[in-house]
Amino acid sequence: MAGTSNLLELMTRNIRQSGIYVAFVFIVVLFTILTGGTLLSPGNITNLVLQYSYILILAIGMVMIIVAGHIDLSVGSVVALTGAVAAVVVIREGMPWWVGIIAALITGVLVGIWQGFWVAIVGIPAFIVTLAGMLIFRGLTMQTLDNVSLSPFPSEYQMIAGGFLNGLLGGPGYDVFTLLIGVLAVLGFAVQQWRVRMRKLKYKQPVEALWLFAVKILVVAAVILAFAWRLANARGLPIVLILLAALVLIYGFVTQRTVFGRHIYAMGGNLQAAKLSGVKTKRVNFLLFVNMGVLAAIAGIVYSARSNSAQPGAGYMFELDAIAAAFIGGAAVTGGVGKVQGAIIGGLIMAVMSNGMQIMGIDQSTQNVVRGVVLVLAVAFDVWNKKRVAVEK
Amino acid sequence: MSDHILEMRSITKRFPGVVALRDVTLTVRRGEIHAICGENGAGKSTLMKVLSGVHPAGSYDGDIVFDGEKVSFQSINDSEARGIVIIHQELALVPHLSVAENIFLGNEVATGGVINWHEANAKAVELMHKVGLDENPVTPVGYLGVGKQQLVEIAKALSKNVKLLILDEPTAALNDDDSEHLLSIIRGLRDEGVTCIIISHKLGEIASIADATTVLRDGSTIETIDMHTGENLVPRIIKGMVGRDMEHMYPERDVVIGEEVFRIEDWTVMHPTQPGRVMVDRASLKVHAGEVVGIAGLMGAGRTELAMSIFGQSYGRDISGTAYLHGEPVKLTSVSEAIDHGIAYVSEDRKRYGLNLIEDIRRNITAAGLHKIATGGVVNGNEEIAVAERYRTSLNIKAPSVMSVVGQLSGGNQQKVVLSKWLYTEPEVLILDEPTRGIDVGAKYEIYSIINKLAASGKAIIVISSELPEVLGICDRIYTLSEGRITGEQRAEEATQESLMELMTQEPADTVAAATD
Repeated sequence: MAGTSNLLELMTRNIRQSGIYVAFVFIVVLFTILTGGTLLSPGNITNLVLQYSYILILAIGMVMIIVAGHIDLSVGSVVALTGAVAAVVVIREGMPWWVGIIAALITGVLVGIWQGFWVAIVGIPAFIVTLAGMLIFRGLTMQTLDNVSLSPFPSEYQMIAGGFLNGLLGGPGYDVFTLLIGVLAVLGFAVQQWRVRMRKLKYKQPVEALWLFAVKILVVAAVILAFAWRLANARGLPIVLILLAALVLIYGFVTQRTVFGRHIYAMGGNLQAAKLSGVKTKRVNFLLFVNMGVLAAIAGIVYSARSNSAQPGAGYMFELDAIAAAFIGGAAVTGGVGKVQGAIIGGLIMAVMSNGMQIMGIDQSTQNVVRGVVLVLAVAFDVWNKKRVAVEK
Repeated sequence: MSDHILEMRSITKRFPGVVALRDVTLTVRRGEIHAICGENGAGKSTLMKVLSGVHPAGSYDGDIVFDGEKVSFQSINDSEARGIVIIHQELALVPHLSVAENIFLGNEVATGGVINWHEANAKAVELMHKVGLDENPVTPVGYLGVGKQQLVEIAKALSKNVKLLILDEPTAALNDDDSEHLLSIIRGLRDEGVTCIIISHKLGEIASIADATTVLRDGSTIETIDMHTGENLVPRIIKGMVGRDMEHMYPERDVVIGEEVFRIEDWTVMHPTQPGRVMVDRASLKVHAGEVVGIAGLMGAGRTELAMSIFGQSYGRDISGTAYLHGEPVKLTSVSEAIDHGIAYVSEDRKRYGLNLIEDIRRNITAAGLHKIATGGVVNGNEEIAVAERYRTSLNIKAPSVMSVVGQLSGGNQQKVVLSKWLYTEPEVLILDEPTRGIDVGAKYEIYSIINKLAASGKAIIVISSELPEVLGICDRIYTLSEGRITGEQRAEEATQESLMELMTQEPADTVAAATD
């Protein structure tokens, strides 16, 4: 077992993981062709990050909820509610922009406490609690806003989703700072991958052949650098991208390296065994929903800043994108399996699809059909994959 | 009509990377009880999956001739249609449905899709009678004990006009009484013309019931033994299974008993959902350092309930009584509290309560003691692998690496993973509930050796078991439990299977009164 394994073996063994990347590349290529190259234009790449960052933020929280064996249907409504609270505080009450952000985050925490209480303490299935939450928080949004849209936000608030870091280091026609960050990201990725590989070798775990490892690093480096190049040629480094990167790193760490993260997987894998191993399941479940509330609030802030308004109907069907992102990203319907990085790729797939279809001028109704079908197919793949593995045993 | 109801010829089944069955031949005469023996991983289950169509025709090489006809089953439905019914070790019953509903599940007594409940229940009673099950047919199966559930499975098989009944470890979860009952029913079925294949690890049982025994080892047939030669064939079977002689079933050990470590007094536990039902009634017991204490009791006597209620009140409600650790009263109101106090509980049902089957060995081993390799809530991944490696080596867990998924290991190795998990919490008191259930002879010996080593290192060990020879073989002192009450305490050297059984079946008069009000 130790030593290196060949490409095919790695691919088939990790079809759940590698499949996502293949699907992502496929979707990107498909829509690049369908949109005549517009998808990958510098302006659109920037736009993609700005417009769909909320999916990725929600997907991070959602994949954790799904791994623990729950679901959250209320995130769309929570996005709307938190955005509405921020708008009321900042626009209607005229308070500073950061008070609005704090108010939105507190709202997110309160929402999480409410749902966490019912799911974790009382023991009502999350499906029911969050289905009710979907309605409750949508209703509260409408009441908060008196059923009208509020706009515009002050420019500081808009910066969260529309701001860029550029010109810090100058550059002839492109932003050097953005490129520098891109290079640092590549180096960080390469070092981290190398350390993982060394550790696996030390503990005699199978790793891919060295050439394959090098190819993997080079491909990722090329993608990141190309991405950075596009951004640098447009408007520079979006602030929201920094926020996203921070969230991905933090939550990647929390889920993979901390006791709390490990407990989430243990509960999703076998709740009874986790309980009998001393995992405080109520506490973990409660915190998961509070966390989801906070992430939904962040998404709410970003989304309201991006649209420069709070609307009663904001966040409609966002839960679908978040749930689809988690499942496309390899989360299992039965819980216990799923990764933040997977959910991010899943979210990007949903984002590229939505964006591509929009560029192509496809009708919203058709877009809904496509997104729904993609969700079903992602879960079908998980079910099929599980059967395949079961038969092999 | 041929004399042989089943011939499996030269069956070879390959999985990616392994050959699970190599040229296996199995011939079963009509109307006999045919035992299949082999260590876990020897290929017994795979062979039965090939026979029942779980592995469809075409996915293996070789021929199956059933009832004189070459067959190629594509699914379990195909084999059931021919009268081959398999009863798995993990019962496939729906706990919320009634006995009758379970018996006729998928085979309902109905006209035009409308179920005739009177007829269904009446037929169910008839079938239940055949298997000696005296229960109301409308009782939900979940209310019955494992022993009775097994009988429901057999009744279900009978409802399908079974010709060849395959029982995978039918008595693994049963106590001696229930096992004896089940075996007599299997004999009865044979006499009525139903051929039975029985997979079992209990060799004494095989010796008493089987007409022929096929021994498998490492995916190959070793031999088929005629069981009517009159001599004691158990040593020969063991030799065939493990490829060596098994001198002693239970390893020797030097007993050094120290101070009292753990004691409970007047421990009473109520049923979690049925008010007024007493599951454990004023039980008192103690265990010393270096001592292995047995709790012997029939299924439903409250053994697991007692153990789990001690382990952080993970079972029952209104638990009263006092627990003492080193003579000091302690509160054990949650599992984490119990673990912090050095108590560990290894469940009788490792798949349901012990393991995260989709996770790897490493993470299962550290699941209960994760804080020990974590600083500020962050797990040290290198240390974790080192810990897992240490236990893999010391407990001889057979797996390619500690990154192997636990669900793919054999029962014995899974049990070692659960044991590792609890050893890593460095407990003082280790409660082992049926530690060798569903494990082959070789692995059992290893588990016993581990228990001995732990006792020798000064741990206080409580072993709950329904196999009396095992209790007598590994324990120093034995408590008997009957209907939630401790009915006796004997030193192992004074106890016999008969004396224990007598105490285990004793009905404490006031418990009966308490249970009926």
